[in-house]
Amino acid sequence: MRFTSTIIIALRALRRNKLRSMLTALGIIIGVGAVIAMVSIGNGAKAQVEAQVASLGQNVISIFSGSFTGGGMRGGWGSAPTLTVEDAEAIASSVPGAIAVSPEVRDRNQILANGLNWNTQVNGESPDYPTIRSWGMASGSMFTEQDVRSVGKVAVIGKTIVDQLFPNEDPIGQTLRIRNIPFKIVGVLAPKGFNLFGQDQDDVVLVPYTSHMKRLSRRTNVSSILVQAATPEVIEKVQQEITDLLTQRRKGKEPDFTVRNQVELAQAATATTKTMTLLLGAIAGVSLIVGGIGIMNIMLVSVTERTREIGIRLAVGAHGSDVLLQFLIESIILSSLGGILGILLGVGSSQLISSLNGWPVLVSSTAVIVAFVFSAAVGMFFGFYPARKAAQLDPIDALRYE
Amino acid sequence: MAPVVQLQDIHKTYDSGEVKVHAVRGVTLNLHKGEFMAVMGASGSGKSTLMNTLGCLDRPTRGTYLLDGIDVAKLGRNELADLRNEKLGFVFQGFNLLARTTALENVELPMLYGTGHGSPGEIRERALHCLDIVGLSQRADHFPSQLSGGQQQRVAIARALVNQPQVLLADEPTGNLDSKTSVEIMGVFQKLNEEGITIVMVTHELDIAHYCKRNLIMRDGRVVSDIQVENRNMADVEMQKLLTAESNAKLTD
Repeated sequence: MRFTSTIIIALRALRRNKLRSMLTALGIIIGVGAVIAMVSIGNGAKAQVEAQVASLGQNVISIFSGSFTGGGMRGGWGSAPTLTVEDAEAIASSVPGAIAVSPEVRDRNQILANGLNWNTQVNGESPDYPTIRSWGMASGSMFTEQDVRSVGKVAVIGKTIVDQLFPNEDPIGQTLRIRNIPFKIVGVLAPKGFNLFGQDQDDVVLVPYTSHMKRLSRRTNVSSILVQAATPEVIEKVQQEITDLLTQRRKGKEPDFTVRNQVELAQAATATTKTMTLLLGAIAGVSLIVGGIGIMNIMLVSVTERTREIGIRLAVGAHGSDVLLQFLIESIILSSLGGILGILLGVGSSQLISSLNGWPVLVSSTAVIVAFVFSAAVGMFFGFYPARKAAQLDPIDALRYE
Repeated sequence: MAPVVQLQDIHKTYDSGEVKVHAVRGVTLNLHKGEFMAVMGASGSGKSTLMNTLGCLDRPTRGTYLLDGIDVAKLGRNELADLRNEKLGFVFQGFNLLARTTALENVELPMLYGTGHGSPGEIRERALHCLDIVGLSQRADHFPSQLSGGQQQRVAIARALVNQPQVLLADEPTGNLDSKTSVEIMGVFQKLNEEGITIVMVTHELDIAHYCKRNLIMRDGRVVSDIQVENRNMADVEMQKLLTAESNAKLTD
């Protein structure tokens, strides 16, 4: 009886002052909504920035063959013919973190097409190469695993080759002669421009590595192997596994290869992620504090204003615990209603903003829970604490309170 | 029959920092069922303090107070609250109604606290009945802001009545009202008293005190006079006089 009538009393008190109830709930709505919106938008932006960094070709591990030494002259990485296609196949099949592998054979050649000629880089690669380098196709498609197996005479060319040899026509399906061997052009790479060192990355022709080895360079070894690790976190592990695997394949002989990763790029990516996470944390923290202060203010003001009401209730026979229970029920109702509306508002507004910006929306459940719990706790504490003080007054003091 | 209220050498000292204010200095008083007493005195005479002590809103510093045979000094906060709820009814000078709450819900309030007041339907019925006693059953759904001062005070009286108290305590119930409305309110009190309810009210208006059966005058925390009122004013007669005077004034205009 006492509990049910307290619920009736609390509901009547909420209904009695609709404006105050709405303002209190609004404080919580804004608090929860702001945190969720800011964190979701921030998460979207973070994912976007990370995707842009990743598009530079992330998580790439390069394996070079050892250096060739002859007559006192040392040849530098890749000069010794020690890496094989079998090494690449072993890496692909027994290193789980390696999601893409491309044996690489490179040399420069004079190429002819359309009555024009051009000296360029001709690389033998596997079909994984565009994935590893995060390199899209402008038109046509990459050659396939089938082309690798059949030692196919197919080629994919860069933007510069198109400009130099096919100035006014579609190169797809046309023939390109390398060392007088005709290759059919199946795809054009998306333009990538110059790299950090001023080299034109689009000045390139890609052919299957088997075709390069058997038809062009006539060699049995590869100059390097490119490997893509699944995530930045596993790079170190994959690198170690590759080293172990290749060492084991050489059966105790002196290691004649070197394994490197893109430390600089990986560091940049990590630093970016760190900065964005820090920024997000700061935004969420500020939103929480602002929201919390808003809730605190409205609760403190309304409870102080209600000291007389508490006095009347005590005078007509309410126990202190009745008054406390009433205020607790009121704040629970307002906090949970406000919290739910705040979640809807936060998710809705972040959806809207990201659809306007074309960002991905990432509503974090942690943010939802933290914002809700924090706002509800602040609302309940500042609704409850002053009410507790008022309920401990003598009724006559509470009644006289102005 | 034992008195409803027995005060034995009541003292009350307020300790506000360095200055000790001795508000009530030894009051001994018996109040029997069916009495209608006015407590009078200048401001600072201790009448409001005495009233708050009677109402269990405040505890005496010294002395014993038996309400309906119960020693109030031995009770805790919650037991005092239950005592106020079951045995006492309050009417304040400033009405002290809950704002933005209908007259009916204001009257229901004391029944929502305490135990054994019945189902919501019974509570509502009883509240309506009390509003009927004070002549406001037609205004049950009105908010205090939509009622006149006299009507608000009658709602407060209905609220005080709703738990069938042993004693009805009124602290300057007519202090904020004009003379005609004051007579109206005194009429309500006289009617309730005739039905057997014990009433104690504080007032500083002599003519209002004349509606009561017993007058207690206080000065400096002590009772200086305790007399039965002879030829007391009756509200219906006085109201008739007021109305006649009013209409005469209109005729001469």
